[in-house]
Amino acid sequence: MDVKLRVQRFDPEAADPKPYWEDFTATIEDNGTVLDALIKVREDTDGTFSLRCSCRSSICGSCAMRINGHAGLACKSQAKDMMIDGVITVEPAGNMPVVKDLVVNFDTFWDKIMAVEPYLKPEGPEPEAEYIASNEAMLHLSDVTSCIMCGACFSDCTVLEVDPSFLGPAALAKAYRFTADPRDGDENGVSKDRLEELTKPSGMWDCTRCMECVQACPKGVAPMDRIMALRDQAIEAGFHNTNGARHTEAFSESVQHSGWLDELRLVPKSLGMTNVSALVGYAPIAIQAITHGKMPPIIHKKIPDSKNVGKIFDKVEGPKKR
Amino acid sequence: MLEHDVLVIGAGLAGMRAAIAARAGGATTAIISKVHPVRSHSNAAQGGINAALTDRGDEWEDHAYDTVKGSDYLGDQDAIEVMCKAAGQALIDMEHFGVTFNRDDEGRLGTRAFGGQRRARTFFVGDFTGQALLHVMFEQLIKSGVRRYEEWFVSSLIIEDGQVCGVMALEVRTGQVYAIRAKTVIFCTGGFGRVFEPSTNALICTGDGTALAYNAGAELMDMEMVQYHPTTLAGSGVLISEAARGEGAYLLDKDGNRFMEKYAPNMMELASRDVVSRAEQTEINAGNGVDGCVYLDCRHLGEALIMEKLSQIREIGIDLVGCDMIKEPIPIRPGMHYAMGGIRTNVDGQTNLPGVYAAGECACVSVHGGNRLGANSLLDTIVFGERSGNHAAEASRSVDYIEFNVDQAVSNEEKRIQAFLDRPQNGDRIASVRLGMGESMNRNLAVYRNEEGMKKTLVELKELEKRYETVPIENKGKVFNTDLIFGLELGFMLDCATPIAMSALDRQDSRGAQARTDYPNRDDENWMKHLVIKKGDSGPELSYAPVSITQWTPEERKY
Ligand SMILES: Cc1cc2nc3c(=O)[nH]c(=O)nc-3n(C[C@H](O)[C@H](O)[C@H](O)COP(=O)(O)OP(=O)(O)OC[C@H]3O[C@@H](n4cnc5c(N)ncnc54)[C@H](O)[C@@H]3O)c2cc1C
Ligand code: SF4
Ligand code: SF4
Ligand code: FES
Repeated sequence: MDVKLRVQRFDPEAADPKPYWEDFTATIEDNGTVLDALIKVREDTDGTFSLRCSCRSSICGSCAMRINGHAGLACKSQAKDMMIDGVITVEPAGNMPVVKDLVVNFDTFWDKIMAVEPYLKPEGPEPEAEYIASNEAMLHLSDVTSCIMCGACFSDCTVLEVDPSFLGPAALAKAYRFTADPRDGDENGVSKDRLEELTKPSGMWDCTRCMECVQACPKGVAPMDRIMALRDQAIEAGFHNTNGARHTEAFSESVQHSGWLDELRLVPKSLGMTNVSALVGYAPIAIQAITHGKMPPIIHKKIPDSKNVGKIFDKVEGPKKR
Repeated sequence: MLEHDVLVIGAGLAGMRAAIAARAGGATTAIISKVHPVRSHSNAAQGGINAALTDRGDEWEDHAYDTVKGSDYLGDQDAIEVMCKAAGQALIDMEHFGVTFNRDDEGRLGTRAFGGQRRARTFFVGDFTGQALLHVMFEQLIKSGVRRYEEWFVSSLIIEDGQVCGVMALEVRTGQVYAIRAKTVIFCTGGFGRVFEPSTNALICTGDGTALAYNAGAELMDMEMVQYHPTTLAGSGVLISEAARGEGAYLLDKDGNRFMEKYAPNMMELASRDVVSRAEQTEINAGNGVDGCVYLDCRHLGEALIMEKLSQIREIGIDLVGCDMIKEPIPIRPGMHYAMGGIRTNVDGQTNLPGVYAAGECACVSVHGGNRLGANSLLDTIVFGERSGNHAAEASRSVDYIEFNVDQAVSNEEKRIQAFLDRPQNGDRIASVRLGMGESMNRNLAVYRNEEGMKKTLVELKELEKRYETVPIENKGKVFNTDLIFGLELGFMLDCATPIAMSALDRQDSRGAQARTDYPNRDDENWMKHLVIKKGDSGPELSYAPVSITQWTPEERKY
């Protein structure tokens, strides 16, 4: 099978280093992957073309790149499924500076992983034999530890694109791998210090739930779901006093109470009712909303049958402490 | 000046384990790897890691016996005893580090069956055990404070008066050449799988350390023992783990017969790997396969089990050959997988060169002898990685750095590399030389071997070495020049290829992975000995070393 590739190239040592596009054709087996085609180009056509790859079986995490605009592993993408009008477009992964051709600089990716202190921190004495833990708990963790650090999620994260200080999906999923490990933290498996650290700005509350990381991840790690689970753990562990946590609580309180969102009270509740300086910061937006006729109703009425919404809450959370 | 008491080359499981141990032993320690540590090939291990846990009623002696028998009595029994005794603690250490092993109903570590062993003692994390171990080992490496040189390629050793005193390395991102001084060096550079084409091994498994050590005068041992794994995919050669058969999968010929009945009536599909690979090849040669393959059938295992324990290899089947093992049998065939041989060491990782150690797949202790049991390699990496790290840390306490002219060393290496880059175009390509080597090895040093074929390969290797002297590098740049790296790696692979073929030709019996059609029987009287190969003034020199026997006398192998 002949595969047409449109590849973004970059040579930092060129006289005028600028990214440019180059077209190649490679002949591969009918069920060959995009990586097979790229390797063919490198070996038979153009030895100056650089990319990282090693295992050819989606386990080493070397070959994440953007294929037709979306991050994924080249060795996990069958070439025949990737052709759009007969061409496969390949670019380096995003949110990381390009070193050469498809090779990007992973330094910031790793800095963020390091920032979550990525190793088990048991607090009690070590047992002589293995820790006793349920298979379910381990299988649940294994879904997260199957992360191969490929950076596909990082490449396509919409928050990282605008805010490079965000910890990002891979690091937060990695953090969850410890906070959810019964062996980490105190004797009840509560990793409180970790959770406190992660509730700070640039942490778990900065994710906008855009889902890009879930889609990009080749290993089913679903980083966004882990971030949501981190939020639950943080609130459970008593870290209510953050914008994000307050926002979540105000949101669910409103829906539970009235069946719909009380937008007027959401902002002050999220920021903290006594947080005057932050509230003043929001004043221009509020004024704009009023002048454009987008002012939410001052009296927030319950929707009809709102108690059914409350029942849904009871079902999910148990008829609790309200 | 970059200098460290202990410098570990390679950051797979063996290397990281060695570095952590050396650091804990108080040595200033660094680790250098041509790829980021978590990209190392150890992560491809799918099936699991062996250990006999006494609190399960298992005994290390049983594990050792299975290993000795699996090795076709070529493994050194003293070394096997060391490994099997240490296995339990090594495994528990990994669990304490944070590995998320699958559990049994009581919440203890769960096991699965693996080939060549009479009881289930393979501990596992789904079907990505190697990746799970590797990432946890990296976490511990971060914690340990070991200095890391990531994406640095070791291109040669620095030798002063016959003593190794450091390495020359290329920082891949900048193309800059550095000298790193060390009191002790531990090679943990992994296998040489890419000497064969195809292979289950990653593209980085090019035998660099084996070649570097050999060229510096280290002895290599058991180089003829190359394992062909029974279940690899046609085309790419990617592995489908033994875990599939461990969970109960069948091997079928083109008419749906479980042909292992003829070859291993007791253990069936779970006989040792050399036995199963030979059976498959015999069936394929007799015309009972389809397109050079037989079938691996998992359908009766059911979707639930496959999704819980074999999900990643199911994905590999779907991604690479478009075949879903829940619904249909997968075509597979024997494929090059593992190097039993390598740099000869004792049980502390020491080689015949003072201050030079080796551990992991690049080393030959020899615990695998003629045939490695599945799931014994991960164990080998962590047990002997740790032992080498401990020993090197201790040894480096009583020695000083050896002085050498750093600027001279750097400039020599730069010139050598520049000369490689400056070669004129001649129409030849690195990839074409590599393919010539790989296909020749796979033709004549595969499951069945004979004198004529191996001699042919030795002649072909000579021609390829000639071509290598003039093959050009297309990329002249400094930054991330993968073309240059492949060029250097090809040199290392060729350095490994000849010792493999020479050793295989010399051994005139069939034992473990070596099955010769011209010498079909095991000949204990003449050939129960190791082949040792060393670089002499006029080429490779072969000699022999005795096999250590402690408590198990050789007998015929039946499964
Ligand atoms: C597909 C597959 C499945 C397997 N499954 C199992 C299993 O289930 N159980 C089992 O026990 N074993 C299994 N094995 C075998 C086992 O995985 C390997 O033998 C083992 O992981 C090797 O580990 P290592 O630390 O010796 O080397 P590797 O993990 O290969 O690491 C080598 C290191 O050396 C570095 N390096 C090499 N050359 C240079 C250089 N020139 N400069 C700098 N750095 C360099 C590399 O970057 C890398 O970090 C499997 C092997 C394969 C191929
Ligand atoms: S869901 Fe959150 S973490 Fe994931 S890509 Fe979107 S913003 Fe980033
Ligand atoms: S979470 Fe998924 S996409 Fe992100 S680094 Fe891990 S494996 Fe890659
Ligand atoms: S080559 Fe290893 S993940 Fe693609």
